[in-house]
Amino acid sequence: MKRKLTMVQAITEAMDQKMAEDSRIMLLGEDVGMNGGVFRATEDLLNKYGANRVVDTPLSEAGIIGAAIGLAMNGLIPVVEIQFLAFIYPGFEQIVSHAARMRYRTRGQYHVPLVIRTPYGAGIRGPELHSESVETFFAHVPGLKVVAPSNPYDAKGLLVSAMEDPDPVIFLEPTKLYRAFKEEVPEELYRVPIGKAKVVRQGTDLSIFAWGAMLRVAEDAAKQMEREQGVSCEVIDLRTIYPLDRDAIVQSVKKTGRALVVHEAHKTAGMGAEIISIINDEALIYLKAPVKRVTGFDVPVPQFSIEDDYLPTPARVMNGIMETLTF
Amino acid sequence: MLPLYQVLTPEGELAQDIHGSLDEATMIKMYENMVTVRMFDRKSINLQRQGRMGTYAPFEGQEASQVGSAMALAPGDWLFPTYRDHAAAIVHGQSMARVFLYWMGHMEGSLSPKDLHIMPPCVPIATQLVHAVGTAWASKLKNEQQVSLAYFGDGATSEGDFHEALNFAGVFQTPTIFFCQNNGYAISVPFSQQSASKTIAQRGAAYDIPGVRIDGNDIFAVWMTMKEAKERALAGKGPTLIEAITFRYGAHTTADDPKKYRDQEQVAEQWRRERDPIARLRTYLERSGLWNEQKENELTATAGAKIDAALAEAESYPKSRPEDMFQHVYAEPTWMASEQKNELVQPAKKEDIPA
Repeated sequence: MKRKLTMVQAITEAMDQKMAEDSRIMLLGEDVGMNGGVFRATEDLLNKYGANRVVDTPLSEAGIIGAAIGLAMNGLIPVVEIQFLAFIYPGFEQIVSHAARMRYRTRGQYHVPLVIRTPYGAGIRGPELHSESVETFFAHVPGLKVVAPSNPYDAKGLLVSAMEDPDPVIFLEPTKLYRAFKEEVPEELYRVPIGKAKVVRQGTDLSIFAWGAMLRVAEDAAKQMEREQGVSCEVIDLRTIYPLDRDAIVQSVKKTGRALVVHEAHKTAGMGAEIISIINDEALIYLKAPVKRVTGFDVPVPQFSIEDDYLPTPARVMNGIMETLTF
Repeated sequence: MLPLYQVLTPEGELAQDIHGSLDEATMIKMYENMVTVRMFDRKSINLQRQGRMGTYAPFEGQEASQVGSAMALAPGDWLFPTYRDHAAAIVHGQSMARVFLYWMGHMEGSLSPKDLHIMPPCVPIATQLVHAVGTAWASKLKNEQQVSLAYFGDGATSEGDFHEALNFAGVFQTPTIFFCQNNGYAISVPFSQQSASKTIAQRGAAYDIPGVRIDGNDIFAVWMTMKEAKERALAGKGPTLIEAITFRYGAHTTADDPKKYRDQEQVAEQWRRERDPIARLRTYLERSGLWNEQKENELTATAGAKIDAALAEAESYPKSRPEDMFQHVYAEPTWMASEQKNELVQPAKKEDIPA
């Protein structure tokens, strides 16, 4: 049956269907039960699956993630919600020192099939520390996978893959896109593979790499460039931050000879640097211009009176495209 | 101040009647285990001094706490040791060869027998306590009759994870036993500077968890307290916080010099003379006619042979290969790690470099 869902509805459906199918899956977090999550991502799941499987926990990120590690080691599949990405820091040690390393430390004896879902990103007029985009922290740590969908279809399919993944997955949900638009989402359970990018727009003059909420910005810029300048941009949704889909990146750059990375994370040591490095390694001789980055700035995400000035906009992306084309 | 629970006094006398709760075979096993792990500990320090082992964390003085608590476990129970709790791990079934391997820097030193849930030593402080809440919670949800026992030191009680673990365990009534070996020092910082609380056990009250303060050098008190905590946990009555008062005679690790922060010789000598966990049990066993010089000689000979065999096994273990570091990072290796592994195994040759 065809029906359209928002991203947050698609996320709820992914958890609902997997919980129905696999009794090992349990949800933990602050306000995920009665309240259904502050963004309603776990709405009604408590009524459906009971308090042993949808657990309102004490307000404690280290407690939630640490306990989830133990639950995962002892046969369950915890899906944790951290209310906002910037609240994850008290649980950071549990993620990097334990969830990421348990398989390695125990030489495969124990592993941690854990999903940590968290809204991230700016553009929602949120208070301080509700808008961060620090995916690099997690991409830097061996043992973790980092995923960031940009649309409802991918959100459902990627979250299903994350819940079936034997390794811990940091699942970043772009807050701005939770209810930004609806899209057709199949009712059945399906998977979008982790580690695979998607060409969302074919082009010949330049490749743009983006993920999460920035994908829309990149697409808008590409459309406008086509309309106004006759420039053909290829837009690639990376979908997984770690491990990156190198083949998709390299293939596109070989075709277009020019590239631009768009991310809302801070520029320095952001994933853009890593993507450029991959291009240097694999496609340097195909390049007609240096690869540019259009990113958030190296400042704390400002509060919302100037939040939009922090974020890459289609106009900034178009400037970046022009600079690359006229190099 | 919470009273100190004691069953076997430092003089080797019973402070209370234990009739029916502790049989003679168990007492003898306790003694044999304590002597064996002490010999293991001393051997390890020697090996480190000889350069045959890396930095090592000794536990001498804390044998009653570790041996007594681990002996109270059933094979299916979960054990979360710190880097100082190899005695507990050995008693729960970890092989001594593996413990040697761990301190010799082999990644396989963390492997434990398949049917035993012995975690690798936890190096960050207090972080494993929340894991023990998680595994215990899973046991409860799956209706498995298992407890999770987590060890930690007095310094760990200053960490957030200690509080988060106790809070979670209290809220979800998980079958977790929190076992603190309060040896008085977090490396160099004495407990008086660690916390304004007079005891660690009293902190259980904040989470409505029974907190018990025991003589950690009294293996009978340790064992009986553990038995009670286990029964409570398995009856669905939730966690217990145990504070065992003990002392490490030696350094924090072989890289540390305790003379800098405590009157080492004097304090250690006094504990050794007046409160040693092994000496007091030996006195009791000898007076009860259960032990004598001949048995002692037999025990040290057998234990020594076992330790030597474990050492021979560890030292003949195949040398780790550089490519081993790429194993077990993910279920399936990523392309990055696979390529980096190839670079390591087959580094670029000079003749490949263009002139």
